[in-house]
Amino acid sequence: MSILVFVELQNGNLKKSAFEAAAYAADLAASRSTEAVAIALGESNGDLEQLGKVGISKVWHVADAKLNHLTSRSYTKCIMAGVEQTGADTVVLSHTSTGKTLAPRVAIRMNAGLLACVSDLPDAEGNYRKSMFSGKAWGNIGNKEGAAVITVNPNAYTYVVKEGAAAVEALAVLLGDNDFDYTVKEVINESAGMTPLPEAELVVSAGRGMKGPENWGIIEELAGELGATTACSRPVSDIGWRPHHEHVGQTGITIKPNLYIAVGISGAIQHLAGVNQSKCIVVINKDPEAPFFKAADYGIVGDAFDVVPRLTEAIKKMKAS
Amino acid sequence: MLNTIFAAKFKDFSDNYKCMKILVCISKVPDTTAKISFTDNNTKFNEDKVQFIINPYDEWYALVRALELKEANGGTVTVINAGLADNEQIIRKALALGADDAIRINMQPEDAYQTAAEIVAAMNGEQYDIILTGKETIDYNGGIMGGFIAEMLDLPYVSMASKLDKNGDVFVLEREIEGVKEIVEVKAPFVLSAQKGMAEARIPNMRGILASKSKPVKVVEPSGTGARTHVAAFALPAEKGGCKMIPAENAEQLIDLLKNEAKVI
Repeated sequence: MSILVFVELQNGNLKKSAFEAAAYAADLAASRSTEAVAIALGESNGDLEQLGKVGISKVWHVADAKLNHLTSRSYTKCIMAGVEQTGADTVVLSHTSTGKTLAPRVAIRMNAGLLACVSDLPDAEGNYRKSMFSGKAWGNIGNKEGAAVITVNPNAYTYVVKEGAAAVEALAVLLGDNDFDYTVKEVINESAGMTPLPEAELVVSAGRGMKGPENWGIIEELAGELGATTACSRPVSDIGWRPHHEHVGQTGITIKPNLYIAVGISGAIQHLAGVNQSKCIVVINKDPEAPFFKAADYGIVGDAFDVVPRLTEAIKKMKAS
Repeated sequence: MLNTIFAAKFKDFSDNYKCMKILVCISKVPDTTAKISFTDNNTKFNEDKVQFIINPYDEWYALVRALELKEANGGTVTVINAGLADNEQIIRKALALGADDAIRINMQPEDAYQTAAEIVAAMNGEQYDIILTGKETIDYNGGIMGGFIAEMLDLPYVSMASKLDKNGDVFVLEREIEGVKEIVEVKAPFVLSAQKGMAEARIPNMRGILASKSKPVKVVEPSGTGARTHVAAFALPAEKGGCKMIPAENAEQLIDLLKNEAKVI
């Protein structure tokens, strides 16, 4: 039976996590000698055929402007229409805030087991590896049902980009007022042109060691030069030096970028819980005893106000050469 | 005659005054600082010397905001938890923080689907205006409990809510999602998952702790719904290779290492 993958759009464009989920679905389908079909909801700027590059042959598109913003009932109804069209017994979504919202509803309607937050294709026994205990352990999760709903952890699944274009076909789904959970009154963009934190590959983060909000210029310059997203520790967002949506850690956002640079953050266990799945961690701290160094790949003991601007300069030089 | 007038007046009053009923789902999790290890050939979490707490998202955000709403508008806050008798400790803490009563489903939960199904069964047809969960638990990190409950009860679901306010007969919520903040309006009843921003953490005071001892905890037996997934085995992540220190005077070297050794930029 075929596999349906729900691909997320943001402002009409496919999200980076959408390609990861689509590639996951296509690879899973290939391993079962079946095909993966995608479904996209809301208005598109026309990049849906790009999914062909990760092995998707067909995309169902419900181009209804009412679907430009998520509500769980309307989206679930559309995904289930896609399931019916394709006869899929497996649905793949991203483990993003949207995917997490929809996966349980879809799983119940399909009588499926829900494998949440997985990083890899199932192993030889059919178990799925997922990160647990805030990155402090892995679990191998088995499905007791025939049907499966899988959410794929963002920035975890690696895939190869090939040639190809997917065929986009319109799908009509009749939506009434009762299909919308709530009214979206306002949408405020907070990312200021940066990749949102949960999807960012490069993150530059800073903490109390910066001494005050007026000193963040050097952090923003380093992030800007790298093309990274800025983040901060909890104390810094609690005292209002930085906005709440920048807080990474146990009670803030969990991230897993390729590179996490932490400046002036001591590395409390609550902070580590939100960042310890980063592929490479750099710690810059003037205290050589800062616990963060134990979790780091590279460390510099030094004054942020000296070290950080020199790193920015070094990146400029590297880019120029 | 007088009695009839009083009865009519009282009926009028009770029709107009709808008491808000809130249900908060709480989960027991190992404390953030707990050392994670496994027994029984890596199939069972090792609870030895582990301190358990209420899942921070359930407590700091969902429960505290529910209590604030009750304090401002009246109503009741019930907490519900699936777990064996030793979960009493975290349930009492929720009561000490100000919840009115609690339901404990006497079971060892195996997955989120089963837990949600048992929560819905234990509600036993009782209608709640708002059902709150945390955005995820810090042990299984699934983030799917609220969606399961909403689907099982056929209710609207507002996930990742960072703000919740009552405005007449509608509720205004903020959702903080990848780089975007949404402001939405929903009518009760609904389910929400709570994250940072909703409320500030509270510490139970002595009065709350004393009062909690006499608050009712109803213990119900599970309906017997099976889990749909199972943990075949746990594993600990590979140890880090150790931190390579770069002298501050050669800080520029880091960029070269990130490019050519770690290959991340």
